[in-house]
Amino acid sequence: MTSDELTDRGGLATTGIMQGKQGMRGMKKVAVAALASLTLTGCITVEAPDKPIVIELNVNIRQEVIYRLAEDAGNTIEENADIF
Amino acid sequence: MGDFMIKRVTKAILTGAAIATALGGVAAPAYAQRDPAYAAARAAGEVGEKMDGYLGIVVAETPELRRIVNDINIKRRAVYSEKAQESNATLEEYALTAGCIAIAKTVPGEKYQAPDGSWQTRTDAAPMRDSRCP
Repeated sequence: MTSDELTDRGGLATTGIMQGKQGMRGMKKVAVAALASLTLTGCITVEAPDKPIVIELNVNIRQEVIYRLAEDAGNTIEENADIF
Repeated sequence: MGDFMIKRVTKAILTGAAIATALGGVAAPAYAQRDPAYAAARAAGEVGEKMDGYLGIVVAETPELRRIVNDINIKRRAVYSEKAQESNATLEEYALTAGCIAIAKTVPGEKYQAPDGSWQTRTDAAPMRDSRCP
């Protein structure tokens, strides 16, 4: 009696769980595929504005340098008034 | 003894005079004036300040104007080069900064180069300068 009950329950439970897992795996595969395709299209969009960003950085660096040199350059002009 | 003292005093006076001359010699370039030919060409608007920190010819080129401009620009380049090295900057960066300031220092009637490359006459208003100028 006891062994029969255990076997039955075990069998039923296993089948139920297996079916459920298989269903979930199928869903996950679809989700991963969808995400992967989304990620791929996303990558291509990101690459496009790469160049303008680099140019802007260059401008900022140059302006920073000019501001740093301004005082020194002003003194240089005053010290060499004959050639300015 | 007397002779020796006089010699020492004379030597001290001469040394003092030599030091004064040397100091005067060092201080003098700070107050140096523009060469009269350069000053005249500048006031007449024949030459003007470029954005890159060098002098340019505004009117039709003559050998005399070319000589004045080249002479000034060679001297400027030497100064920029030395100062840029001291400030850990490139020659172009230092020259551009000096150009910003040189244009700002022009007086009404003098010529300067606007960011679009055209020659402008300085008025009482602020000059048109590169957006990066301080």
